[in-house]
Amino acid sequence: MAATNLTTKTFALPWLARALDWLSGSGIDRIAGGLAHALLLPLLGIGIFLLLWSAGAAQVQTSLGQLPGPAQVWEQGQRLWAEHRAERGREAAFSERLDERYEKAVAAGRSAEDLAKIRARRYTGNPTFVDQIWTSLITVATGFLLASIIAIPIGIVCGMNAAFYAAMNPLIQIFKPVSPLAWLPLVTLIVSALYVTDDPLVSKSFLTSAITVTLCCLWPTIINTTVGVATVDKDLMNVSRVLRLGWFKQTVKIILPSAMPMIFTGMRLSLGIGWMVLIAAEMLAQNPGLGKFVWDEFQNGSSNSLARIMVAVLVIGFIGFLLDRGMLMLQRRFSWDKDAILR
Amino acid sequence: MQSFLKIDHVGITFDTPKGKLEILKDIKLDIAQGEVVSLIGHSGCGKSTVLNIVAGLLRASEGGVLLEEREVTEPGPDRAVVFQQHSLLPWLTVYDNVRLAVDQVFGRTKTRKERDEWTRHNLALVHMEHALERRPHEISGGMKQRVGIARALAMEPKVLLMDEPFGALDSLTRTHMQDSLMEIQARLNNTVVLITHDVDEAVLLSDRIVMMTNGPSATIGQVLDVDLLRPRDRLALAEEPTYHHYRAEVVKFLHERHDKPRLVSSNPPQQEPRALPLAANG
Repeated sequence: MAATNLTTKTFALPWLARALDWLSGSGIDRIAGGLAHALLLPLLGIGIFLLLWSAGAAQVQTSLGQLPGPAQVWEQGQRLWAEHRAERGREAAFSERLDERYEKAVAAGRSAEDLAKIRARRYTGNPTFVDQIWTSLITVATGFLLASIIAIPIGIVCGMNAAFYAAMNPLIQIFKPVSPLAWLPLVTLIVSALYVTDDPLVSKSFLTSAITVTLCCLWPTIINTTVGVATVDKDLMNVSRVLRLGWFKQTVKIILPSAMPMIFTGMRLSLGIGWMVLIAAEMLAQNPGLGKFVWDEFQNGSSNSLARIMVAVLVIGFIGFLLDRGMLMLQRRFSWDKDAILR
Repeated sequence: MQSFLKIDHVGITFDTPKGKLEILKDIKLDIAQGEVVSLIGHSGCGKSTVLNIVAGLLRASEGGVLLEEREVTEPGPDRAVVFQQHSLLPWLTVYDNVRLAVDQVFGRTKTRKERDEWTRHNLALVHMEHALERRPHEISGGMKQRVGIARALAMEPKVLLMDEPFGALDSLTRTHMQDSLMEIQARLNNTVVLITHDVDEAVLLSDRIVMMTNGPSATIGQVLDVDLLRPRDRLALAEEPTYHHYRAEVVKFLHERHDKPRLVSSNPPQQEPRALPLAANG
């Protein structure tokens, strides 16, 4: 089994996968045993990729100058980080100044109204790259959680009731392949029409992106939950019948635990789709986030833009990978079928 | 002999895409309390179907089953089943698997402490008290089957139904399990209906052996009374001519029907193949 795991995991930065494996409780011995295999080959792969990239990039001239190679991208990555630090520094300085003014105002015995006015001042800097990452993560988490809350109960009912499934199936099959870009205008209009408040808790663009993510995240979870619930081992159902478990107990004690691995498989697929959808949705909805960052840089069109977009691409990929591994970790934790090879 | 469990002219017909298929016809059998009866026959003859009808998991098309004069209409813990594939809930520990059954059957009549003791008692009966916190995938096939038996015994069933309970085990483990079963049955005087295709197992364990003809339309071909003293010891029996006589009787019956049984699944509508999880990308 160790051998198959090695070959199958070389794709996705195995050292990290291994660290997460270890966190999720599967054996240290394998980490030590396959260290060379797990470290050298992937490094070799990355190395060859970087060489081909820098050699290839040098050949391409775009309207924004030469296609950046790994070195320029690395440099821009550092600059984005430095910009973030600088922005944080300015924000800290701003709040310090604000505090000083506030204390002076208190000492001068100004009215409570004036004091509140001073307190209400907010720092209005541009969101940095790191801020955009956080926004994206919060948006995808919101959309994904909303989708899971809707999809899992629907999947359970579909799996238990063949008639309900027959009714739902055409809808699922038709809406499943719809691209997020097709949903987005509809969602935008519906959110604008229905979400009308004077004191919005969240911005409209955030809601639009999150709901678009939800619409694309629903389907894999529904389908996998349905399959998981519908294929509970007949012997286990017979045990339940012999014990005369009631409807509720049967669902909680037999059907749900049995379907749990499939539910997690569905959720993992959903999260992967959600993350991809989000970037597209943010670009179009102009919701702050990585998608907007990429779009703004594209519009900006400076000589550094291409390298900055590539930083974003790599970060998007890396975060997608971490999300997937995180779900895999949860899946392993909640999976009773320890023989199943999850990857 | 007073009838405790009565299988009364039971027949069953399934609707298949190719038309009606009669699996069993005219099965009649009276079983006394404390009796161990085994059903033997070629695979596919409908032994499991008989057991499932007694369990209430399947409804007979004709005739019916009476347990203590009351008709069996649905499954229930008074007819506990030990399945061939142990059927333990893989996400529960050994203790919790048995405790689930105990809570379900005695939830109202026993206190929490009594249920805990009863669970432990039954696991001790099958010598599994050392593995209470293990999960099914951590124990051997023989141990799983022991837990399955403990779960069935813990329901205090009127009849213990066993569907080839030791069929999936290696022969050494099977020998141990047969001895344990005899020991427990002697102690608790359970009524047992056991399906087997192992002639030695049938003769060793049973008071009566019910031999079934090949399906479709399988029925009881012959009933053999096994008049061997209990407790039985397999080594001593190996020397005993009567044991070999009974064994020969069963083998003769099975071989007289040596025409290959037509391919009919013993429990057609059950057992769909488990769907594999969709491959996740990664």
